[in-house]
Amino acid sequence: MSRTDYDALMSRKGEIMKKAVGIDYSRFESGSIAFDFEGMMREVGYSLDEIRKIQSHSGVGNTPLYELKNLTALCRKTAESDKGARIFLKDEAANPSGSFKARRAAVSVYHAKKMAYKGVIAATSGNYGAAVASQAAMLGLKCIIVQECYDSEGKGQPEIIEKARKCEAYGAEVVQLTVGPELFYYFLQLLEETGYFNASLYTPFGIAGVETLGYEISRQMTELIGRDPDALVITTAGGGNVSGTARGLMKAGAHKTKIIGASVDLKGLHMASDKQFNRKSFTTGHTGFGIPFATNPDRSDVPRSAGRPLRYMDRYVTVRQGEVFYMTETLAQIEGLERGPAGNISLAAAFSIAREMNRDQIVLVQETEYTGAGKHIQPQLSFARDNDIEIRFGNPEEEVPGESIILPEHPCLIRAVDLDLNNIKRSYIRNCLFGHSSKDLTEQDLIYMAEETKSNRETVSETIRTLEEGK
Amino acid sequence: MIAVKGDWVRIHKIILTSPERATQLPDDTKEVPLEMWDKGFLLNARAREGDEVEIESIIGRNLTGTLLEKNPQFHHSWGSCIPEILQIGRQVRGMLQEADNE
Repeated sequence: MSRTDYDALMSRKGEIMKKAVGIDYSRFESGSIAFDFEGMMREVGYSLDEIRKIQSHSGVGNTPLYELKNLTALCRKTAESDKGARIFLKDEAANPSGSFKARRAAVSVYHAKKMAYKGVIAATSGNYGAAVASQAAMLGLKCIIVQECYDSEGKGQPEIIEKARKCEAYGAEVVQLTVGPELFYYFLQLLEETGYFNASLYTPFGIAGVETLGYEISRQMTELIGRDPDALVITTAGGGNVSGTARGLMKAGAHKTKIIGASVDLKGLHMASDKQFNRKSFTTGHTGFGIPFATNPDRSDVPRSAGRPLRYMDRYVTVRQGEVFYMTETLAQIEGLERGPAGNISLAAAFSIAREMNRDQIVLVQETEYTGAGKHIQPQLSFARDNDIEIRFGNPEEEVPGESIILPEHPCLIRAVDLDLNNIKRSYIRNCLFGHSSKDLTEQDLIYMAEETKSNRETVSETIRTLEEGK
Repeated sequence: MIAVKGDWVRIHKIILTSPERATQLPDDTKEVPLEMWDKGFLLNARAREGDEVEIESIIGRNLTGTLLEKNPQFHHSWGSCIPEILQIGRQVRGMLQEADNE
């Protein structure tokens, strides 16, 4: 592709996307900042019941939910005498492709088939690729997965290579690229060439698919202990996991459960840097996606993302790589559940959050993922060590992303760190205002930003005033 | 390495050269090309490693690139032993044992 081809392709972006997703996003735009998010979600055209049917048809969902009694006992050993909530876990690794992403893929691929697309394409280096490939195999559609996989020396993240293997196992073509956001342009080229459906992570289809997860949690907890959990910890990267799960919980009537987002702290690492690509041990679920997607959800591969985490999060915490690896090993050793590290980000956060809560309270970890060669604590730490990352026991507070991984020398050192959610909401509003003058804002814009930040019109107006003053 | 028509091969291609890359990239990324790898059945009658070839991917899409290898395999593994991992289970099991004894 020459630069000219590249620019020409980019200029056709809107047209290609419209054809590849089948949604006319302009219908929901107000012409100003506001857009009709709930209207767009209705565009899905599937009710929660229909989605449950679609998913059960392809073996997705209805995953087991366990109480982690040994982990709760361990947590209480590190907490004050009356503290240490009961910890529960939704074992999403039991989905056909080994993660909750099967829920997103099931609806997207079902819709693609219904709309008579011949195939589906997804740009993802994570579990979503395997999920789309698996669902496409079930429904007899062709599938292409585009991965950001290697650095300029051709060295690939073991976790991503394992995902390539899994996608191939389901009959998908896997296109692997080096680091860089231009992956999106190659992705557009493939969409145009094939005419396949863009099984984006961020369409209303994908997010609605996650709603069943929140719904099932409420239903299973009510059956098990007669009530909803007090807190739900959800790993956040692009925001779809938080958004879909929280929406499903609300649809089940669980309005009191606190929604806590969790990401791995990768502060200081640039996500588009070739040299830093292999200095991280988490390829998703980290702050490098979590924060930018929270403050600007529409940076995704569709015009308007259906993943809008600030609408739902009550709290946003970070944990460190060493803490997640430690908890992954602990889950295997005392609960007999060997699962992939990336799925245990929320587990590490929940271990710390449970310590703050009373013993009669309940915190629920909302996912797990499969594990395998490359995608496991040992190969990932081994890869880090080969890349000269220091690995040792100590206080995780000393961990420097890209330089060290500090395994906690005692589980009492596992600490979820709160991010300033108000500050993140302020950044979101600042991003909304870009290119707009506060004088031109409509009442609808203010209400929209209040909904987007789970706050109220007055708080939004006050934030805008202080932002203007700060200019 | 020589491959013949129908062999399963891996190819490599430069998608964007360094000067063609997007402007907003960090310098270390901008300095290197955007590269691509894919696999498929060789369509040329016969080719050597390094030749420009055409392949048909597993889903039936034709594309071109430089021939890299025949019968490509995955090399990711369970990694080398990380002795630190062995300490974690001993520590947490020990703590639970203490809790039982209390």
